[in-house]
Amino acid sequence: MSTSSIVYIIVSVALLLISFFFNRQKTWLGLKKGWTMFRNILVPFLNILIMVSVILYLVPPSIISQYLGPDSGVYGLTVAAVIGSVTLIPAFISYPIAAGLIGQGASYTVVATFMTTLMMVGVVTLPLEIRFFGKRVAIMRNTLNFIAAIIIGLVVGLAL
Amino acid sequence: MRKFIKIFQPYLWLLLFVIFLIISFVSGFEPGKDISAGFKNSLVEMVTFIPALFIIVGLFDVWVPKEKIQKHIGQESGIKGIAIVVLLAMLQAGPLYGAFPVAYMLWKKGASIKNIFIYLGAFSSLKIPMLGIEIAYLGVQFTLARTLVSLPLFIAIGYLMEWWLKGKNFRINEIR
Repeated sequence: MSTSSIVYIIVSVALLLISFFFNRQKTWLGLKKGWTMFRNILVPFLNILIMVSVILYLVPPSIISQYLGPDSGVYGLTVAAVIGSVTLIPAFISYPIAAGLIGQGASYTVVATFMTTLMMVGVVTLPLEIRFFGKRVAIMRNTLNFIAAIIIGLVVGLAL
Repeated sequence: MRKFIKIFQPYLWLLLFVIFLIISFVSGFEPGKDISAGFKNSLVEMVTFIPALFIIVGLFDVWVPKEKIQKHIGQESGIKGIAIVVLLAMLQAGPLYGAFPVAYMLWKKGASIKNIFIYLGAFSSLKIPMLGIEIAYLGVQFTLARTLVSLPLFIAIGYLMEWWLKGKNFRINEIR
């Protein structure tokens, strides 16, 4: 069990006790809400764990570190930014993928860029965004966020 | 039959994977065993922290007064206004396209262009439940670095959009 798991368990138990002490009904409601959210993500989450373990088995670490590692340069950054922009993966599902990539030799810059474009740039959802904001504003927002994602990746890579 | 397929469709991959593992173990298929070892590790990792995380998120949801914060949106300006939109965004959950209707609501309530785009930025990558999972998978250092670098950039994008759209009749359409 990792340290963060232990911290999460301690924090959740402590909060649960405090919450229960102040308001039992609210505590039950909170547990119910948490359970609903958990149930909703459970199957997609398991599916992604399956996918990650199969892909990580099929793709050797040397390939991942070659194309997405610290020495992949502009190429790795571009691949990460473009894939992150055009795919529509829920953020919570992207974390096991990101952790797997880092474990297999991908750089922090590449992973941070991938995660950020995934969260902030949406090519698939662009038509929907255009309906809300209009064409110019939606395209501008995505462009600025794309640039920001690359800056975020580079700075995070330098910092870690 | 069709109904049957509909019920089982979400579990299709799970089912195939379990069958694959059983066959692998029975026939001694080595790659299958290796994959199952990798899968077991990530499953154990998940089982140890995800339930605790959702207890925290659920309690958070019932105790933090989102409506109260929403009421102040648009009235406050300056740093306080920015802090309120960021805070409101951090308390949400869900994908970015779920934030567009909220952006409409903010616009309707008279929030500035700057704050609307800061909200979208913070919503996309600073949501607290997501940060919880991010810390568990990628560590506090990574999460902190990413968050601290992202925040000033979102705020800059907010200012940039406001400067660009000033006097251009910016509006958000309502979509039902």
